[in-house]
Amino acid sequence: MKLVVDDLAADRGSGLIFENIGFSLGDGEGLVVTGPNGAGKSTLIRAMAGLLRPAHGTARIEDETGEWTDLAAASHYLGPINAMKPALTVRENLAFWQAFAGKPAMAIDEVQQTVGLEHTADLPFSYLSTGQRRRIAIAKLLLNWRPVWLLDEPTSGLDAASERHFAGLVRDHMKAGGIVVAATHLPIAVDGMKRLTFGEALPA
Amino acid sequence: MMALILRDIRIGVRAGGGMLIGILFFLAVITVVPFGVGPDLKLLARIGPAILWIGALLASLLGLDRLFQADREDGSLDLLIMAGHEHPLALTVFAKCVAHWLTTGLPLVIVSPALGLLMNMEPAAIAATTATLLAGTPAITFIGATGAAIAVALPRGGLLVSVMVLPFVIPVLIFGVMAAYGAVEDPAPFLQPFLLMCALTLFFAALGPLAAGAALKGSSD
Amino acid sequence: MSDTIAPARRFSLTALANPTRFLSYSGKILPWLGGLSAIILIVGLYMSFTAPADYQQGITVRIMYVHVPAAWLSMMGYMVMAVSALGTLIWRHPLADVSIKAAAPIGAAFTFLALATGSLWGKPMWGTWWVWDARLTSVFVLFLMYLGIIALQRAMDDPVKAARPVAILVLVGTVNIPIIKFSVNWWNTLHQPAAVIRMDGPTIDPSMLWPLLVMAVGFTLLFFFMHMVAMRTEIWRRRIASMRRASAREQRGAAKPVLAE
Repeated sequence: MKLVVDDLAADRGSGLIFENIGFSLGDGEGLVVTGPNGAGKSTLIRAMAGLLRPAHGTARIEDETGEWTDLAAASHYLGPINAMKPALTVRENLAFWQAFAGKPAMAIDEVQQTVGLEHTADLPFSYLSTGQRRRIAIAKLLLNWRPVWLLDEPTSGLDAASERHFAGLVRDHMKAGGIVVAATHLPIAVDGMKRLTFGEALPA
Repeated sequence: MMALILRDIRIGVRAGGGMLIGILFFLAVITVVPFGVGPDLKLLARIGPAILWIGALLASLLGLDRLFQADREDGSLDLLIMAGHEHPLALTVFAKCVAHWLTTGLPLVIVSPALGLLMNMEPAAIAATTATLLAGTPAITFIGATGAAIAVALPRGGLLVSVMVLPFVIPVLIFGVMAAYGAVEDPAPFLQPFLLMCALTLFFAALGPLAAGAALKGSSD
Repeated sequence: MSDTIAPARRFSLTALANPTRFLSYSGKILPWLGGLSAIILIVGLYMSFTAPADYQQGITVRIMYVHVPAAWLSMMGYMVMAVSALGTLIWRHPLADVSIKAAAPIGAAFTFLALATGSLWGKPMWGTWWVWDARLTSVFVLFLMYLGIIALQRAMDDPVKAARPVAILVLVGTVNIPIIKFSVNWWNTLHQPAAVIRMDGPTIDPSMLWPLLVMAVGFTLLFFFMHMVAMRTEIWRRRIASMRRASAREQRGAAKPVLAE
C-alpha cells in the first residue's frame, strides 16, 4: 500500500498557503511535518483527510488489494480537538466511535488499558484532565483498524511519560504496516521517520 | 447509524437543558397569550390550535442552530464528514435529525395536550392539533437542519437560522393549522390538509438532509 | 534526498481572468443597456397612460403595468440566482457567486415593488390592503427568502466561504417558485388567475397587452442593467478586499516546505 501526495497546494481564501508538496509513503513508513505556526501543517493534514479541497494536486492511496480506495476512508484523523462528548462517559464515547467507524480492531477495555485509563471508563469525559482527554482521543486510533494515521499535534497536552508511550504506539502501528503522518512542533521519538519541514517565514 | 442516534439522544437527555428549555419556552409562549388577548375563554378556544402551533414552531427553532455546531466545536463533525464513504453524509444528517426530533420535538408534542387544556380547547381540537404537531414538527427539524448546516460556521447563527428557515416552515404551519381547524369546524376538511402536511414532511425529510450534507461538506474548508 | 523548495506563491491568474474579461465586456455593454431600458420604459409608461381604462376597474387598472412586470421579475430574479447557484456548486465559477450576491437585493426590491403596488391595487379592488391568500402569501414568503439570503451573505465576511452555503440556500428556496406561479390555479384565491402566460393564449385585450409587454421588456432590461452594475461593484469590492488581505500577508512571506529523510 502506498500513500501518494502529488503536487499538493492549498488555498484558504487569501492566497496559497503552501504548494508543490509531493511525497509518497509505503507500508510501515512515517512522516513528521514540522514548521512554525501558520505555515500550513494543519492545513496539509486536513487536505489529506479530505476535509479541505486542495487548490491543486491530489492526495490518494494506492492499494494493490483494493481494500482501501479512498484516503479519507483509510485514515484515522486525530485533530487538535478530541472529538469526544463531555456529557457522555469515556466508554460511551469510545463505543460510539467504534460502532460508527466500522472494522473494529480492539475491545474498548483493552484500548483503555493500553493508554492506562481503564479506571475512568464510567466517568463522564468532562471529568478528565487535559492530558487524560488526549490519551483517550489517542486510544480511539486503536479502536478500529485504519492503515493511515493523520495526526495533528497529537502530543499536545501530554506529559513526558505519555509522550514516550504514544511514540511506542506509533512505532507499533508502523511495525504492523501502517502509515503515519504527524504534524507537530514537538519531536516524536520514533526513528526512521521522514521529515517535511515548512520553512521559516521569509521576509517579503 | 443507530449508534449515532443513540449517542445524540443520550446527549440530548443528559446534558440537561436542551430538552427541558424547549418545553419551558413552549409553556412560556402559551402562557403569555391569555395575557395578550385577554382571558376570553371562547376566543382562546378558537385561536388555540394556531397558538399551539406557533409556540411549538418557535420552540423547535430554538435549539436548531446547535444541531451541528456542538459537533463542530468538539471536532466530531470532521470525523462524521470523513466517514462519508461508509455513511453518506445525508444519512448521517438524517440520523441526527431523528435524534434531535426525538429529544426536542416529541416532548413538545407530548405536552401539547396539557397546554391545549390551558387554552380551553375542545377534546377534538386538542386531539387534532396534537396529531398535526406529531406529523408536522419533524418537517421543521429536517428543513432546520439545512439552515443549521448553512450557518454552522457562524458563531452566533441562532437568529439567522430562524430567519432562513421561517419561509420554509410557513407552508407546514399553514396546513397544520388548517387541518387542526378542519377537525372542529364543520365544512372544512381535516384529512386533505393533514395529508398535504405529511407530504411536506416527507419532502423535507428527503431534501433537508441532502442540502444539509452538501453544506456541511463545504463547511470544513 | 534532495530538498524541494517551493517557488514564490503564484498569483492565481485563472481566478481573475474571467472577472477581468467580464469587467471589460460589461463596461462596453452597460451604457447601451441602460439607454435602451430607459427608452423602452419611457415608451412603456407613455403607452400605459394612454391605454384605455378598464370598464370595471377604471383608472386603477394602470397599476397593473407596474405590478405585473415587477411580480414577473421578482420570480425571474430568483431564477437568475438559482441558475447562478448551480454555477457555483457545479462549476465553481467565480462570477456565479458574484451574480447571486448582486441579484439578491434587486430581486428583493422588485418583490417589494410587486407587493406594494399589489397592496395599492387591492385597496380599491378588494376593499383591503392585504389578504392572506395563496398568491400573496407565497410572494411574501419569496420576499422573506430574499431577505434571509441577504442576511446570510452579510453574516459571512469571507465571500469565498460564503459562496457554497448561500448557493445551497438559494437552490433549496427554488421550491417556492412553482408554488407562487401556480398558486392562483391550485387554490381558489382572491387574486385573479394568470391572464397573459397560459396555454390557450392571453385573455387580456391587446390594447392592454401591448403596453404591459413593453413595460415587461423595459423592466427586464432594467433588471439586467442593475444586475450588471451591481456585479461590477461586487467584483471591485472583492478585489480591494483581497488586495488588503494580501498586503497583510506580505509581511509574513511564504512558507517553504522541505522534505528530507
